Amino acid sequence: MKLVIAIIKPFKLDDVREALAEVGIAGMTVTEVKGFGRQKGQTEIYRGAEYSTNMVPKIKIEIVCAADLADKVVEAIQASANTGAIGDGKIFVLDVAHAVRIRTGETDDSAL
Amino acid sequence: MTARCDRAPAHPGDADAHPTNPHTGDVMKRPIKTAALALGAAAALAAAPAWAFDAAPKINDGDTAWMLTSTLLVLLMIVPGLALFYGGLTRAKNMLSTMTQIGAVACLAMLVWVMWGYTMAFGDGGNAFVGGFGKLFLAGITPDSVSGTIPEYVFACFQMTFAAITVALVLGSTVERMKFSAVLVFAIVWLTIVYFPIAHMVWAPDGLFFKAGALDFAGGTVVHINAGVSALVAALILGKRIGYGSEHIVPHSLTLTGVGTGLLWVGWFGFNAGSALAANGSAGLAMINTFVATAAAGLAWMLAERVNGHKGSALGFCSGIVAGLVAVTPAAGNSGPFGAIVLGAVASVVCFYAVSVLKPRLGYDDALDAFGVHGIGGMIGAIGTAIVYAPALGGPGKPDYETGHQLLVQLGAVATTIVLATIGTLIAVYLAKAVTGLRVTTDVEREGLDLGEHGERAYN
Repeated sequence: MKLVIAIIKPFKLDDVREALAEVGIAGMTVTEVKGFGRQKGQTEIYRGAEYSTNMVPKIKIEIVCAADLADKVVEAIQASANTGAIGDGKIFVLDVAHAVRIRTGETDDSAL
Repeated sequence: MTARCDRAPAHPGDADAHPTNPHTGDVMKRPIKTAALALGAAAALAAAPAWAFDAAPKINDGDTAWMLTSTLLVLLMIVPGLALFYGGLTRAKNMLSTMTQIGAVACLAMLVWVMWGYTMAFGDGGNAFVGGFGKLFLAGITPDSVSGTIPEYVFACFQMTFAAITVALVLGSTVERMKFSAVLVFAIVWLTIVYFPIAHMVWAPDGLFFKAGALDFAGGTVVHINAGVSALVAALILGKRIGYGSEHIVPHSLTLTGVGTGLLWVGWFGFNAGSALAANGSAGLAMINTFVATAAAGLAWMLAERVNGHKGSALGFCSGIVAGLVAVTPAAGNSGPFGAIVLGAVASVVCFYAVSVLKPRLGYDDALDAFGVHGIGGMIGAIGTAIVYAPALGGPGKPDYETGHQLLVQLGAVATTIVLATIGTLIAVYLAKAVTGLRVTTDVEREGLDLGEHGERAYN
């Protein structure tokens, strides 16, 4: 099993979710996060006082899938979250040791 | 003790008479204080019954209804208006503290007002600086007492709301670090030694500024300059907030600030048009000026931002609206609509520079710009009123109106207010410091005053 973590632009979430559904992904965890990479933040001004915020709001998606599906998942995210501009995000793939479905006690691939 | 029959013979047709004449000193919040009939005069009237009947103080239904309404509109400015306006500008961890401080000092002001405030401001037989103490605990006032053309209870309530909002305005500079207990001590002392005397000087017929002929329709001097200068002095004594200038200290909800701004604007019609103390043409003039000066000011602030290379901002809009309202306060019934437009726009731009250039340069931490908007805007309004009052500029002044002379009178009133507010605030703040310690601990300030001072969070 693989854990795919993708950091994407917030407005791309629906596109990514649809693309993942097409490759057979039935569940994911989504978190609103902040961070920075090459894309720098913005300047905010309140009554003349300037504050540069270097943290940009992003969405983090976590998907655990069967190992042979991981490449397709990564491709689907890469294609659907792409705008061509800096700040499109990153995808990470990690190995997962074990999985359990709480309701039934099923384990590993059948728990996904 | 009945009737302040200051508004001489109460002929109904008199209602639309001209509000002010700076040369005779029949100024400001006019009806109450035009030509006060002294007790002696009243006695003389008794000897001439037919005439006396005519001159007897009479309650006007329309005026009374409007003043009851105006009083509530000013309350709306405080809670929730000012509480939301200021609250949105603070950080989320200090939201409740800011709103609670405003609500609590307003309540305190109401109680102090009926105990000794009203008599210090409007009691008979005082001097140029303070009223007589004959109306302590509202002694002698009954439902039959008349002030001008309205019941004295209504007049006392209307003026009560002014005291309440003024002391709340001061807190704009001290939020996010002053102890709740210190705020309460400060409020009692400050109202007693600063607000009540200045209110007397401005609005009582024997008051210093009133007699000098200062033009101040709805309290630009006693409310805004007074609150603004006091706020600056308090902020200087209190010191900066931890992290000021180095950390992100930004408004937590400009949405709520926007809601508060709208409530302030609506309420301000009670404040300004209500200051005619009658439902008449003067109130109408104050109303249209409170619309157009404010409209010009809201746009002018955003324009100033653009000219300085920034984006026109929501906070800029809100700040401009308040700056315009502050500036038009003394001019409300003392200006033509187009004079008011110019006054609002000029005040807005000057306030923009005061908060975005002057404040950072001087380095004081006036947290929510109580001085930058109310102090500076109030001064522009007070001085500008002398200019826009001129009939040549569409103002309601008489043809023989002398702008130069009036400017000096206005400057005198402004300078006196600055001195009194500074001295009084020094005393009030140091007294609060002696009793309560003034400032919260570093830990409480870091964690937020909502938890540290009130044991709650605004958002869960």
